[in-house]
Amino acid sequence: MTEDLKVIDAEEQEIIINMGPQHPSTHGVLRLVLSLKGEIVNKVEPHCGYIHRGIEKMSESMTYQQILHLTDRLDYLSAHINNEAYCLTVEKALDIEVPDRVKVVRTMLDELTRLASHQLWWASFGMDLGGQTCYFYGLRDREHILDIFEETTGSRFLQSYNTPGGFMADIHPNFQKKVKEFITYFRKKLPEYDQLLSGNIIMMERTKGVGMLTKEEAISYGVTGPSGRGSNFSCDLRKLHPYHAYDKVKFNEVLRTECDSYARYMVRMDEMRESMNILEQLVDNIPAGDFAVKMKPVIKLPEGDYYQRVEAARGEFGVYIISKGEKYPYRVKFRSPSFCNLSSIDLMTRGNKIADLIAIGGSLDYVIPDIDR
Amino acid sequence: MTNQELRDSIGKIEPTATFEEGKQYLNVFVTPEKWYNLAKQLKESKELGFDYLFNLTGVDYGDNLGVVYHLESTTFHHSVVVKVLTNRQTPEIPTICDIWRTAEFHEREVFDFFGIIFTNHPDLRRMFLDDDWKGYPLRKDYDPSQNQRY
Repeated sequence: MTEDLKVIDAEEQEIIINMGPQHPSTHGVLRLVLSLKGEIVNKVEPHCGYIHRGIEKMSESMTYQQILHLTDRLDYLSAHINNEAYCLTVEKALDIEVPDRVKVVRTMLDELTRLASHQLWWASFGMDLGGQTCYFYGLRDREHILDIFEETTGSRFLQSYNTPGGFMADIHPNFQKKVKEFITYFRKKLPEYDQLLSGNIIMMERTKGVGMLTKEEAISYGVTGPSGRGSNFSCDLRKLHPYHAYDKVKFNEVLRTECDSYARYMVRMDEMRESMNILEQLVDNIPAGDFAVKMKPVIKLPEGDYYQRVEAARGEFGVYIISKGEKYPYRVKFRSPSFCNLSSIDLMTRGNKIADLIAIGGSLDYVIPDIDR
Repeated sequence: MTNQELRDSIGKIEPTATFEEGKQYLNVFVTPEKWYNLAKQLKESKELGFDYLFNLTGVDYGDNLGVVYHLESTTFHHSVVVKVLTNRQTPEIPTICDIWRTAEFHEREVFDFFGIIFTNHPDLRRMFLDDDWKGYPLRKDYDPSQNQRY
């Protein structure tokens, strides 16, 4: 039996192919259905849900302390920030003011998390564009932050160090020393990143003018974080709605007006410097005092709606809790930055080449568990 | 704008809207029929300028299903929460994804988990679950046994 093979002229006819769910540049299990004409992308349709775990549903039958451990499994690269957003919501509902020591240390751990996340993003972004060396540079430096986490929080990756009311334990005596050492080390190493990638002609050719997203589009699509700020959308919640010690430190909100992939890249590079500035201002000023407020063993939130927004490494992370006054929440919603950022990928990629999709996806820096929840 | 001023301006646009002062934001209740027009005005009005939809949540309120919209203005930095309730038997709410584009994915997610039909939505399919999934898992009366396939 023979079947006649048909020759399709890909330049003439639109073809549809799957990219993923197992594809190295999607950084996880995400399937993108591409409509192609030749090498030009006409449409990108993301298919999500390959690692959907139903965290919002699970939360409805868990106590407030238990839910905490689900939050760092959303965006695992900003685990601490997610924990903290959740704790802030519970603390806000119970009208608890955490001690100053907790506020300052949380801010510092936030910035360390952001640095570690941006380092890994830089590493994988370089690799997406064909620069294998970047991966080793990024991971080498990230290791120093993970060591600090391991010592203080007991875990390198999914810390769950926060708890409603403060921390599980006090910081390690070496914490300040280690952070100072890291800043000195990384200030020397960050220029290497620029030498290797920022000024690289191949990298500039592949990102400048690619994946345009205007400010109005960024706002309408809810693209926040460094990706939104690359389009001049002033959305840094650390400035707009300060929490913890962010109103006491001086830092700049990094904004760029070019609106392309390179702008999003440069925002993250500059944010790493700003994060180090914040750490430097706080490292010698950790107030003495308790590391947690004493909480009741069973937490019951008063009836009502509670919402908290924080700036995670990828953008705005929101926690929305509806309580009916019981020990389980009635409804929990996590507004995840990657989910909203992903919705703009179709708009940004239309008319570009397949290879540009990789660069655009890398510049959006999405994390799949954060999309699927 | 303060919450009182927001209340006055929204009340002028939509006289049937009811208000409730929340702990954090001003809550506005509006019926599905009036919602699309109000949404358009909220975005386009010069004084209100709610151009950023930062969250969209589906909620099962027991007797009703509802959608909660969190809105912010990026110029004036004031926020408002709009709650639209619909009945359980034929849950229908007009889509607002042509006003705030981020709603397109959010509404698909709410459809997936609550079965709320967003009328005029360009591509209303399940977002995370399989197309042949039975029931809407985040509804409080969902029975998980109907999907034990493996």
